[in-house]
Amino acid sequence: MNIGEWLPFSVLVPLIAAPVCALMPGRTGPWLLAFLGALTSLLIVAIALPVLWQGELSYPFGNWPPPIGIEYRIDAANGLVALLVAAVATFVLPWARIINNFEVPERQGIFYALFLLAFAGLMGITLTGDAFNVFVFLEISSLSTYALIAHGWDRRALLASFRYLIMGTVGATFVLIGIGFLYMMTGTLNMADLAERLPEVRDTTAVRAALAFIIVGLGLKLALFPLHLWLPNAYAYAPNFITVFLAATATKVALYVMLRFIFTIFGHDYSFFALPLTAVLLALAIAGMFAGSWVAMFQHNLKRMLAYSSVAQVGYMVLGIALATSAGLAAGLLHLFNHALMKGALFMALGTVFWRVGSVRIDDLSGIGREMPWTMTAFALAGLSLIGVPLTAGFVSKWYLIIAAMEAGQPWLVALIVITSLMAIYYIWRVVEAAWFTPAREARTPVSEAPLSLLVPLYVVVAANFWFGIDTRLSVGGAEAAARALLGGSP
Amino acid sequence: MSAFLTQPFTVVIIPFLGAVLIALAGDRDRLRDIIGWVTSIAFFLGVIAQVGPALEGAGREQRLWEMLPGLEIAFRIEPLGLIFALVAASLWLVATLYAQCYMKVLGYRHLGRFFACYAIALGAAAGIAFSANLLTLFIFYEVLSLSTYPLVAHSGTAAARNGARIYLGYLLATSIGLLLVGILWVWQAAGTLEFQQGGIIAGHVDPSWIPLLAGLFMFGIGKAALMPVHRWLPSAMVAPAPVSALLHAVAVVKAGVFTVLKVAVFVFGTDVLVETGAGIWISWVAAFTIVAASLIALRLEDLKARLAYSTVAQLNYIVLGAMVATPLAIIGAAMHIATHAVAKITLFFGAGAIQVAHDRKKIAELDGLGRAMPITFGAFAIGTLSIIGLPIFGGMWSKWYLVLGSMQIHQWVLVAALMASSLLNILYLLVIPIRAFFAPAAEGVPEHYSEAPWPLLVAMTITASGCVVLFFWPDPLFRLAAMLVPGGAP
Repeated sequence: MNIGEWLPFSVLVPLIAAPVCALMPGRTGPWLLAFLGALTSLLIVAIALPVLWQGELSYPFGNWPPPIGIEYRIDAANGLVALLVAAVATFVLPWARIINNFEVPERQGIFYALFLLAFAGLMGITLTGDAFNVFVFLEISSLSTYALIAHGWDRRALLASFRYLIMGTVGATFVLIGIGFLYMMTGTLNMADLAERLPEVRDTTAVRAALAFIIVGLGLKLALFPLHLWLPNAYAYAPNFITVFLAATATKVALYVMLRFIFTIFGHDYSFFALPLTAVLLALAIAGMFAGSWVAMFQHNLKRMLAYSSVAQVGYMVLGIALATSAGLAAGLLHLFNHALMKGALFMALGTVFWRVGSVRIDDLSGIGREMPWTMTAFALAGLSLIGVPLTAGFVSKWYLIIAAMEAGQPWLVALIVITSLMAIYYIWRVVEAAWFTPAREARTPVSEAPLSLLVPLYVVVAANFWFGIDTRLSVGGAEAAARALLGGSP
Repeated sequence: MSAFLTQPFTVVIIPFLGAVLIALAGDRDRLRDIIGWVTSIAFFLGVIAQVGPALEGAGREQRLWEMLPGLEIAFRIEPLGLIFALVAASLWLVATLYAQCYMKVLGYRHLGRFFACYAIALGAAAGIAFSANLLTLFIFYEVLSLSTYPLVAHSGTAAARNGARIYLGYLLATSIGLLLVGILWVWQAAGTLEFQQGGIIAGHVDPSWIPLLAGLFMFGIGKAALMPVHRWLPSAMVAPAPVSALLHAVAVVKAGVFTVLKVAVFVFGTDVLVETGAGIWISWVAAFTIVAASLIALRLEDLKARLAYSTVAQLNYIVLGAMVATPLAIIGAAMHIATHAVAKITLFFGAGAIQVAHDRKKIAELDGLGRAMPITFGAFAIGTLSIIGLPIFGGMWSKWYLVLGSMQIHQWVLVAALMASSLLNILYLLVIPIRAFFAPAAEGVPEHYSEAPWPLLVAMTITASGCVVLFFWPDPLFRLAAMLVPGGAP
């Protein structure tokens, strides 16, 4: 049995584990099952990854050869994203146990079952080679995500979840309409098959409309400015574990799907030359970078601040992609990977603070750096990565992004990237200053440092920020292989 | 094993390891002080071990890690870096003596954090000094900015926080906004960031763009305090005196001008700077900064603020020398790194000692204090004379070569600026010891002997003697500096 036949299990294991998990009583059992499910997926993908760098793997479900049956087709691009999703789930779950016992004390069986569904959905979106299958998994992950967000401790979580439900459903419907148009024009749903048949009908309005529907629909899911309105509240009021997981994976997977449609299915030439996609994406990316950073600078709730920062960071990724060069695409994918590490670490640090203090408002956190020095040091270190200080993953991202902008003959973009980085300094440094150099509020009772069971997973993710800032073979190599795979060139 | 112990990276890492131990020692004063001493001595010996090979023209080289294809973290010892590292390492020894006493006498808290960051700053300075390419240099440059932020904000008062905010804001904004862009430009054009004698951009960048590129670098290196990016230095004066002395007269600011020199000689190449006119426009800005900062210093009543603006002016001597880019000017600039460091640290030590003994900060309050603190003001006077550039003090040599270098290319305005600065120095610096010794005593100044604690006096005496030593034995310094220019000594 070769590794290709194992790959579907990285989706199936969590999917099957979910209903079992829902029936389990207590707290330890569901958590352990969720952890094992995520770990299994991670191991399968990690073993397969070296193979994927060489070429692609395909698995026909039920032994129906594509395009008749559903096919899983995995290359360097979705291999990288799948690795990211599975790794984030596996490394965050050990941290999440204590956090969830505090924030979601009741019915954890259901909670972890929903998480497994969301996780399986994201893995499914990533690995499938079938356009309709993408929609199915998109709905699986989205519906479970709405329920997960509603588990938040604050009653405003319900409203945030509802708003996401409305906007997310609009987005998914748009994607479905787009896929429907494609099916209508080509009679196939297999991605590789679509790519072959589309050129014959490319000059029709239906195909152009399909691309537009899909871009807008996915733009909603990945919080591309100005379709990001659901994101700040959803991130701010969701349980902290869910915030970490979503921030590190959900928008990334949506971005990957967009790339798959733009580059593999429609093709680079069609997307960027038949339609003015460069201009549209570039404008939205820049607007997102500035609007997100600007609003983040004035937030009092730190989770909302990081959420707006995510809008800005999505802007960087889209900016790289909009350049429509292989260097730009690689830079966007690289930032997709690195941003998951930064935001994961930042939200984990905030979650740890919340667990002690019960608030993430900046006024309530003054002086917290002396009470929880390790946690806040982790926040500061991850913040450096977000800013893009050398030796961190963020620096590598920015380096590639700026080089890509220069190579594409758009040096003015360099100034915009630099200015938004300076804005990031401002909003991260506000927190550092409040944490260390402001006296603690009298009203707040002093707290003590978090236990090792929270700090160790947190520092693993922080260390990853530095690891991938120094040893860039996996991240840069993976991103470049992914870019080649998407552009269809030989490895 | 011994080969490993004397590698450049080993020297760089010593202060970082020391910082970890110091942080762990925390509030255990005795243990922390011992670790501090061991670290600074080990670091000093490590730097000394690099001198021999470098003088023979075979500086050690060490390639550590390839971060991205073609972009390495690498170290190479060359004369200029050695000058900077030697200055920083030897003055750190003196400053350790001073700082341990000063911080305890004034009752500062969180000393574990303080001395750990202090050590990290020195390690970063060594990293800058020994870096073999722009990337490594930039990494340690940022480490230096970040590690000194907690030192400036140390007391945690609103003024300290505000000062530290301006400090870090200026340094990070210029380095990311301008310097990094310049580095990326060089990388994009030349395909390498490796320092090479004669520069790396000749023939890769259109000559008409080089003045702009030079501007990106020179204003991007905020630590060199070229106007208008000098504001961070006065803001940093809210820090405790040992920080102002070792970091904001030596490690941080010299890291800035060292980078300026390094970029001028090893990235642009002196010929390119001269031929494209890129050097001249910046040397005029530097000359303006020298005069303007001196004029501002004249009007300042706060002792440390006045010293800070004096530093701004003196740093721009070096920028000016680097941008004039004649062999003599380069030699003068390199020597000025050392001579100014020794003199200015003496002045800041003096300012700190006055604060410890009599808690005075305003210059008007110092009248007659020299009779009560003869050693402090004696050292202060020596430091002042060296900065003015009078003989029997080391500052004369560097100024000598800087002026000669500017004369070589007939830049009389630059010569005039240097000379005017000397005169202004007399007016705003030398008056301080003169009034302290000869003016009638200000209110509350004791007439009897009442000096600072002995470690502070010893530290000042050592650095003041250093000023004299550099006059009589400038030869080792001169030889190192002369190795920077093609063909050695002119």
